Amino acid sequence: MVEWTAAERRHVEAVWSKIDIDVCGPLALQRCLIVYPWTQRYFGSFGDLSTDAAIVGNPKVAAHGVVALTGLRTALDHMDEIKSTYAALSVLHSEKLHVDPDNFRLLCECLTIVVAGKMGKKLSPEMQAAWQKYLCAVVSALGRQYH
Amino acid sequence: MNDDCNDGDDDADDDDDDDDDDDDDNCSLEGNYLNVNMSLSSKQKATVKDFFSKMSTRSDDIGAEALSRLVAVYPQTKSYFSHWKDASPGSAPVRKHGITIMGGVYDAVGKIDDLKGGLLSLSELHAFMLRVDPVNFKLLAHCMLVCMSMIFPEEFTPQVHVAVDKFLAQLALALAEKYR
Repeated sequence: MVEWTAAERRHVEAVWSKIDIDVCGPLALQRCLIVYPWTQRYFGSFGDLSTDAAIVGNPKVAAHGVVALTGLRTALDHMDEIKSTYAALSVLHSEKLHVDPDNFRLLCECLTIVVAGKMGKKLSPEMQAAWQKYLCAVVSALGRQYH
Repeated sequence: MNDDCNDGDDDADDDDDDDDDDDDDNCSLEGNYLNVNMSLSSKQKATVKDFFSKMSTRSDDIGAEALSRLVAVYPQTKSYFSHWKDASPGSAPVRKHGITIMGGVYDAVGKIDDLKGGLLSLSELHAFMLRVDPVNFKLLAHCMLVCMSMIFPEEFTPQVHVAVDKFLAQLALALAEKYR
């Protein structure tokens, strides 16, 4: 089980309190699809992703960004049982969606950069460390059921 | 230093949670594409030069912040600074060294058309003297991107992000050129 100090829990809550999921979700996914274009492979049914402008204007991308970020937030209410919380989602991503788990890491990198853009220096090094630890725990849990 | 979150190699009993998640505490970001050569288009080179020029008034701050965040978020990187009295985030030696590193990055921007040739001696320094594990270049690059986004939220668009990310990856490759 991942061990959290009281300070780390506070930091993670503080970051989430600054995140508007409806704004940051789409921004993070758009950025991921633009910065790591090979991630587009999973979104063949989303329509036009042929240009950066198309990605940014694509409503399915925006909607899915909200879904993904909402999923990332789930762990906040289950910090002491992250692995079991994401077991079903891990199976889904592995067996149904066939997503290379490295993509979870790429999306989280982009999310951190979006969050940094929103928070500026309010995202202290200690907060960034706790946030990174949180994302790592979720990414690890999502990759857990792959075989 | 292979704390890859996506290892999935832990087939340990789920009941035994004590050691399973030690790796979860500290994600390594090197990914698999550090060694894949994705060269910059001329448009991306121009984007990099343009953004670094905009950034130049804050470059010291970004360098200092980036190294502070490296040691905060990836504490194992402090192992390279055991000779400092204080290697904590925000300390004077960390800030000073962050500024030095950023100076090196700016120098590399000027050599963007031939990073391998231009960074030969820096590569030898890192290979034979400093012997920094190249995995750390990627960690520091991530921290630099975070700081750029923090300090230039409007300018650090996805297009700038991809160009700078590629540049920093090329820079890391050039630095590691002489390692073996």
